[in-house]
Amino acid sequence: MIVRGDERVLVQGITGRQATYWTARMQEYGTRVVAGVSPRKAGITHCGVPVFGSVREAAEHAPPDVSVLFVPPLSVKAAALDALAAGVPRLVILTEHVPVRDTMHVIAAAREAGAEVVGPNTAGLVTPGESSVGFMPAFDPSIFRPGRVGVVSRSGSLGTLACLNIVRTGLGQSAFIGIGGDPVIGTRTRRALELLEQDRRTSAVLLIGEIGGDMEEDAAQYLPEMSKPVVAFVAGRASPPDRRMGHAGAIFQEDRGSYASKRQALQGAGAVVLDTPSGIGPALKSLVR
Amino acid sequence: MNIPEHAAKALLQEAGISVPAGAVADSPQEAAQAATDIGTVMVKAQVPVGGRGKSGAVRPARNPTEAHAIAGDLLGARVNRHRVTEVLVEERLPVAKELYAAVLIHPAGPARRVVLSERGGVDIEETARTDPGSIRTLDLDPRTGLHPETAQRLVARAGVETAAPAVADVLVRMDRLHRDSDAELLEINPLAVTDAGDVVALDCKLVLDSAAAARRPSLAAAAAPEPLTRLERAARELGLQFVELDGEVGVIANGAGLTMTTMDVIVHLGGRPANFMEIGGDAYTKARPALEIVLAQRGLRSLVVNFCGAFARTDVMVDGLTGAWTELRPDVPAFFTIDGTGSAAARRMLEERLGLEPYPTMDDAITAAIRACGQDAA
Repeated sequence: MIVRGDERVLVQGITGRQATYWTARMQEYGTRVVAGVSPRKAGITHCGVPVFGSVREAAEHAPPDVSVLFVPPLSVKAAALDALAAGVPRLVILTEHVPVRDTMHVIAAAREAGAEVVGPNTAGLVTPGESSVGFMPAFDPSIFRPGRVGVVSRSGSLGTLACLNIVRTGLGQSAFIGIGGDPVIGTRTRRALELLEQDRRTSAVLLIGEIGGDMEEDAAQYLPEMSKPVVAFVAGRASPPDRRMGHAGAIFQEDRGSYASKRQALQGAGAVVLDTPSGIGPALKSLVR
Repeated sequence: MNIPEHAAKALLQEAGISVPAGAVADSPQEAAQAATDIGTVMVKAQVPVGGRGKSGAVRPARNPTEAHAIAGDLLGARVNRHRVTEVLVEERLPVAKELYAAVLIHPAGPARRVVLSERGGVDIEETARTDPGSIRTLDLDPRTGLHPETAQRLVARAGVETAAPAVADVLVRMDRLHRDSDAELLEINPLAVTDAGDVVALDCKLVLDSAAAARRPSLAAAAAPEPLTRLERAARELGLQFVELDGEVGVIANGAGLTMTTMDVIVHLGGRPANFMEIGGDAYTKARPALEIVLAQRGLRSLVVNFCGAFARTDVMVDGLTGAWTELRPDVPAFFTIDGTGSAAARRMLEERLGLEPYPTMDDAITAAIRACGQDAA
């Protein structure tokens, strides 16, 4: 999903320490935060917005276009189902360590409700100059500035580095879509590519993948249908097999989910695949009009 | 989290799925005793590794003497990275047909996927290459269970004839166990139809979702210990993501993606990473213990610190790291890159406390770190 500046954002779990810090950053950036949810602190005002006991009540105050979840792992399912039941069309789940079973339940319920889910385990979304949802450093002008590169990343930290390299080259981003580091996520690489292909402000795409799963291979099948050039970097070339590398999804066995498989698929489908992130800027510069 | 075969089989039994009679032994004497009680047995090393038959980690024993000898061989041995501390001594059954059955997570669905093949006893990957037509799959709505009638349709034409209802019943029970245990994978291979017509799980692989450990404490307690090095275990206890490798260039970075990439670029530029150490996410306040662990690695010649802050604030990470550095006074040269959240304050701190300036790009820092290893050698 790409969040526009006029869209209303709800923060679930707003009274937590990290949520408080990042809600303030989001607001400074201009994100239109309309309310928060915190079951035990309903009725107070926090970060300058009213706090409700449930999404249903918050939606009566101001129906949100997006809800961002800063809630603990084992509470994510109930919080997300609350948001879906209240008719929120888009959820951004930042939480890491959500049980896969819960994630699958939420995604199935969202699909039934016609809603979109980004995450879990994502650093969030940034539309430079408009909106930031999550904990990406949108406020840092050396990392984010409006431009024409759409970025899809499983990793927040590597996505940040990629965006830094884009700005260093004199380019900017149309949207940053952090899809998350879990093996099961609501918006997979391919879906994010579809969104950027449709987005009129995007003229080139940067895909940041990593070892594990088959999202890059799956996305590669979509590349021939795209009108926009794709530059890719896949993390984990030097990682050993059968070890989980920080992200729950970053693990490969022999040929399954390996770097070689992903690189081959992306290259074969016409993407420019880089050996180091420092090549990102130069590669994009030659492609962005 | 891998559940050892014997513990997984106890769970199967509780779920109403038949398993061979068996006993766990941690000495040859116990193995011999179990064989005396059971008869003709298989002696099976309890390690979460595929292809145990081929590697000799599972062997038949006709009598207690053989069981004693095989257990003596296996106990204490290593299979891949795993040390064998227990064997399962299990009744050897006359098998008419071997099937493959599994319930797994299909991320692209997302769905729980039930997989059945009439070619059991071999890796499903191999079957996928040699006889893909024999593999039947069924994707389930994550919110519901496998319906018995649906299971029966899946089993029809699997060539198990009169055993079909029993196989379908096993699939329904597997699906329920998969859900109730928050499993990532429940695989029975082979699922045997015996000469007597019984359907029995001869092997079982159960992998649990570690994110669900908090709500499945008894299952989590049954998980096999991971084969970690001493430092990896120490890091795990501190809540740090750390993997020890065999190179010379140490790595500390924030976030899984950036840390993997730092290793990748070290290799790309001709060096060898010593480790993966990630202090992003919730761990960004743990720079000090992270540094201590990385420095404790033998063979470390230089260190790359690569921070690109998003959620993880670089000022907090550099504060912890430089504080520890001034106390520990390591003689390993360190090469920094610092960008993102909190970087202005972080750069100042690095300059004031260590007199160091971060490199403009990670490639620059890594090149310098690799060069420092070379100078040491000369």
